[in-house]
Amino acid sequence: MFERLRAMLMKEFLELRRDRWAIFRLVVPLLIQVIVYGYAATFTVNRVSTAVLDLDRSQASRSLVSHFVATGRFDVVDVADRQEQITRDIDSGKAALAIIIHAGFAQYLYDGKTAPLLVVVDGTNSNTALIALGYVGQIVAQFQAEEMAKAWPAQSGAAPATVAVSLQERPWFNPGLEDRWFFIPGVLGTLTLVQVINLTSFAVVREREMGTLEQIMVSPIRPIEFILGKTLPFFLIGLADVVLVMGLGVWWFDVPFVGSPLVMLLGSSLFLLGALGLGLLVSTFSRTQQQAFALNFFLINPIFILSGFAFPIAAMPRVLQWTTFLNPLRYFLVVVRAVFLKGVGVAFLWPEFAAMTALGAGLLALSVLRFHKSLD
Amino acid sequence: MTGNAPPAVVAEGLTKRFGAFTAVDGLDLTIATGEVVGFIGPNGAGKSTTIRMLCGLLRPSAGRASVAGFDVGRQPEAVRAHIGYMSQKFSLYGDLTCRENLRFFGGIYRVPRPVMEERIRFAIAMAGLEGREDRLVSTLAGGWKQRLALGCAILHRPPVLFLDEPTSGVEPEARRRFWDLIHTLAAGGVTILVSTHYMDEAEYCNRIALIDAGRLVAMGSPGELRGLDLGGALFELGGVAAGAALAALREMPGVIEAAIFGDRLHVLVRDAATAERMGPFLKRRAVEPGALRPIAPSLEDVFVRLVARRSEEEEGGGA
Repeated sequence: MFERLRAMLMKEFLELRRDRWAIFRLVVPLLIQVIVYGYAATFTVNRVSTAVLDLDRSQASRSLVSHFVATGRFDVVDVADRQEQITRDIDSGKAALAIIIHAGFAQYLYDGKTAPLLVVVDGTNSNTALIALGYVGQIVAQFQAEEMAKAWPAQSGAAPATVAVSLQERPWFNPGLEDRWFFIPGVLGTLTLVQVINLTSFAVVREREMGTLEQIMVSPIRPIEFILGKTLPFFLIGLADVVLVMGLGVWWFDVPFVGSPLVMLLGSSLFLLGALGLGLLVSTFSRTQQQAFALNFFLINPIFILSGFAFPIAAMPRVLQWTTFLNPLRYFLVVVRAVFLKGVGVAFLWPEFAAMTALGAGLLALSVLRFHKSLD
Repeated sequence: MTGNAPPAVVAEGLTKRFGAFTAVDGLDLTIATGEVVGFIGPNGAGKSTTIRMLCGLLRPSAGRASVAGFDVGRQPEAVRAHIGYMSQKFSLYGDLTCRENLRFFGGIYRVPRPVMEERIRFAIAMAGLEGREDRLVSTLAGGWKQRLALGCAILHRPPVLFLDEPTSGVEPEARRRFWDLIHTLAAGGVTILVSTHYMDEAEYCNRIALIDAGRLVAMGSPGELRGLDLGGALFELGGVAAGAALAALREMPGVIEAAIFGDRLHVLVRDAATAERMGPFLKRRAVEPGALRPIAPSLEDVFVRLVARRSEEEEGGGA
């Protein structure tokens, strides 16, 4: 067993070493993607181009506009005089958002009536629109509170007609709601998965294409020895990926790592079993590297979308939610985010660990069975 | 061949179907220990499929086979430990050196550590690769690659060797050298089944198995096969416009078969009388008859005839 495994590993090592670009191909794309994600992937919206139509021209209306500008979220690109100008700004894309303050705004406000304020948003990018609207709500609420305080000074004793409830948000584990803290651990799981599935499936299919697989299989080697020899190097590469992305996240992007490296190592190892199993499974369905490429393409996007990386699983239709239970990335993302930000251990994460173990074992067993058949 | 040693390879009713297509159809074959048997037949005749079944790479659909005394279906691991195999396609690692390839295959065959270096030296000497041990395999010329592949296949000293068209695409000089190696190994008691489509190579074999459409058509030594009754007399017709003469002769009564061999025709006729009528017949068809002489059939004549006869029978049976 060990002699054959040793021969396989030795060969893999020699081939890898002889491939001068291997290190480049393995490391550079990974680094670039982490850096791109770290800087570019953010849900924060800044400097929304904004058009303003102030028909009230009161002190209150000017104060409201300056509230918007002060946050830095909104950039006033046009101060309009007429409604048509606003329509043109939105249509042409000059402005993504328009604030329309109707005449009588200040008067209504001081009479304690509902003051009309119209906000128009370009909904073609619904994501940006929703986020910008959220800011609008916050700013208007703050403005309202300030104006009310002015209208009914605290010492006057005259209570306002409404009871003000102030909501204090206190997000745990990520108090600043930093997008990076959310993204970098997710990227870690996703990139490792893609890397390992691709490496494993292509490496096995390449041996099939070259005919060396047949030459090996006619020897007394057991398929499991071949598979171990073929996957062990990629397991190590996968672990190296995890360490690399973790290092970049912690030291470059200042994502806190409060958990235990050992829990992380255990979680990554279990996750890699599933990734290797998937890669092998793809290789048993592929005669050529092109076929493997097509299959990987087919596999990786759904895995990504159904993992909870960016889209909440709880919001998916029930059937799709069920399929996520078969997705090793789903569990690993929970583990990575929890270990990074919450610092919890196996006591809390055992369901994820158990699921990844079961999936990894199942996928590997299936691919070993399929591997036997695919030789025929 | 006359000894008491059990046969090295036995196949009984060996069959492989791929869906509706039958690649190998009830093949019976016995190869004695130490024999060099040539596997001859057109492309797609089932040579590779048979070899792959005997190696345990493909599961037979029906029938059974044993190699080196082990049942291919029931003891595949034992079979694999006792055979060497060279596939049709060159299949060593091009990005490893000769020595690294040898060491790798030695490792997966579990060649004992103490004899490994000696076996590798032997293989390198056999392949004539001294001085090229540390060259990348991808930089070697065809003949060297083939000999290195043979070296890798015999590191574990297998008693039976399966070589699937080992010399295809290799220059004549290197082919000759490769066959010398085959005979050296056979002299050492190794049984070798080698497929080829070069007729001259068939002559180097102790026995030849002619296979067509998945069936064994004939088996025997080159001499035996040349002596087979073709059902008529063979003549060579030279100095003619081969194409026109061929078309004409195929319509002449009494001609069983005519085939082009270079710038000549080989014509199989039912009797000597037909041969005498050939000249006048060609003249009537406005073809200038050339020199006609009786010849002894070559292996190729025999194969062409046997394969044609088999497909005629097939069509006759089907009608």
